[in-house]
Amino acid sequence: MVHSHFTWNLVSDWHQLVYYGFMRHALLAGGIAAVLCGAVGVFVVLRGLSFGADTLTHVGFAGASGAVVVGLNPVVGLLGLTALMAVALGALEERLRGRDVVIGMILVLTLGMGLLFLRLYSGYSNETYALLFGAILALSTRDVVVVAVGALIALAALTAMFRPLLFASLDDELAEARGVSVRGVAIAFLLVLAIAVAAATQVIGALLAVALLIAPAATAQRLTGRPGLSVLLSVVIALAVTWGGLALAFWLPYPASFFITSLSTLGYLGVRLLTSGVMPARRRPVPRLAASAEG
Amino acid sequence: MHLDDAGVAYGHRFVWRHADLEVARGEFVVVLGPNGAGKTTLLRVLLGLHPLTEGAVGVLGGAPRRGRHQVGYVPQRRSLDPDLNVRARDLVALGVDGSRWGLPLPGGATRRKAALVDAALEAVGASAYADRPVGRLSGGEEQRLLLAHALVTQPRILLLDEPLASLDIRSQGVISALIARVARERGITVVLVAHDVNPLVPFVDHVVYIARGRVVSGRPEEVITGETLSALYDYPVEVIRDSRGRIVVVGLDDRDSHHD
Repeated sequence: MVHSHFTWNLVSDWHQLVYYGFMRHALLAGGIAAVLCGAVGVFVVLRGLSFGADTLTHVGFAGASGAVVVGLNPVVGLLGLTALMAVALGALEERLRGRDVVIGMILVLTLGMGLLFLRLYSGYSNETYALLFGAILALSTRDVVVVAVGALIALAALTAMFRPLLFASLDDELAEARGVSVRGVAIAFLLVLAIAVAAATQVIGALLAVALLIAPAATAQRLTGRPGLSVLLSVVIALAVTWGGLALAFWLPYPASFFITSLSTLGYLGVRLLTSGVMPARRRPVPRLAASAEG
Repeated sequence: MHLDDAGVAYGHRFVWRHADLEVARGEFVVVLGPNGAGKTTLLRVLLGLHPLTEGAVGVLGGAPRRGRHQVGYVPQRRSLDPDLNVRARDLVALGVDGSRWGLPLPGGATRRKAALVDAALEAVGASAYADRPVGRLSGGEEQRLLLAHALVTQPRILLLDEPLASLDIRSQGVISALIARVARERGITVVLVAHDVNPLVPFVDHVVYIARGRVVSGRPEEVITGETLSALYDYPVEVIRDSRGRIVVVGLDDRDSHHD
């Protein structure tokens, strides 16, 4: 590990953080992935797709390890197989909500395949470890560029379909009647999600990627009912936990992925505790008969 | 709105066929029929979401087309996720521009949209909870919200799928009266699917009933009779008049019937 010490002089801390190329790469790629996952995550949460997103990360793991076996770049396999699965899931089911059995089976099947591919390649290796738990401190310039280009495409697509996607996520029947292609939106969103999963896998690994996709968005959802603001907050939270986790990993001898997942979960728990009294109670104190008399 | 010798099939099985229907502007039509008879399918045909297998359909002088602003739709409710934290107002706003690409830009269009949303919420008495999360609304509040969503584009036709289901008896009356009032004030044609006709009896101009593959329509006094309804549901039904002369429909005990 690097010989650096945290001081209370934040300027000097900043200089320490960005002194090394690997840290600059990590902060940059982590930041880009955080922005993308924060924004995409809001719709993952709205659509009840947490489990589906988790499955895509495992599919990505199988794709990446498979690519290594046939001598391709793992990112190619990672993106290729998640995108393929995204289209398949989107085409088969307009909604993955409530399809836990099918999704669960895909999840274990792909994880098993990933394991097989790794055995075929070289047994357990550094690459396995990097795929499963992330290797943010070992990213090359090219890795950063790949994450950046992917994020740019995904964010552009997300911006373009913001309203139809929000509409279809809230109520597919209303959206369909208003002329939204619900299935088209579902497939397009799953493709965007595939890119986000690939980016998050580069940063914190396949097993933990879903943390960056769900926790910041779920936290933001607790804080605001405005969809636009929710996306903005989620992005800010994702950035904060990613950079915070990286900084902690820089000064403490523990992995960055651990800090990022812990911070995002702690953030969610904290906000949940703080807002439990703020949001209107699930069971409203007035009986429905009296409540409906107000208008 | 009209159907001419229309039929819809899923695969080789017809849901209903040989349907003839004529709905005049401003009429309040209630669609009755047992579960699975094809009532929702009728609404989906009128919305342009499902094609006819045979015959013709016309809506506002043309073929039905989805995404039209002149047609408002209230789908059948499934309960929303109580943790869904999106403001009621945002759901109504999506009725205006939810199918558009890109982000809404601040400016005149956004202000006009906000005014439309406020007016629709006001018209159904939902302004008080416009900023509450949709997942936290009661059944009656949610129906008002969906009505606001359907009204926000100032439609000429309103299609409602069981808007009274799972409401308590008072909310059923209040929501029925609200739909009838708004429709009358704005000259909106209403097609409403219902199971319980009682709260709607004071407002209905025309009853359409769908059963065993057939679609038949008539005046309420022709259709809302013990004989017709018993045949329709294949279950003994009696129509009685209460002390104020209002019609009440009741399902009778099964003991004396030859029902299996």
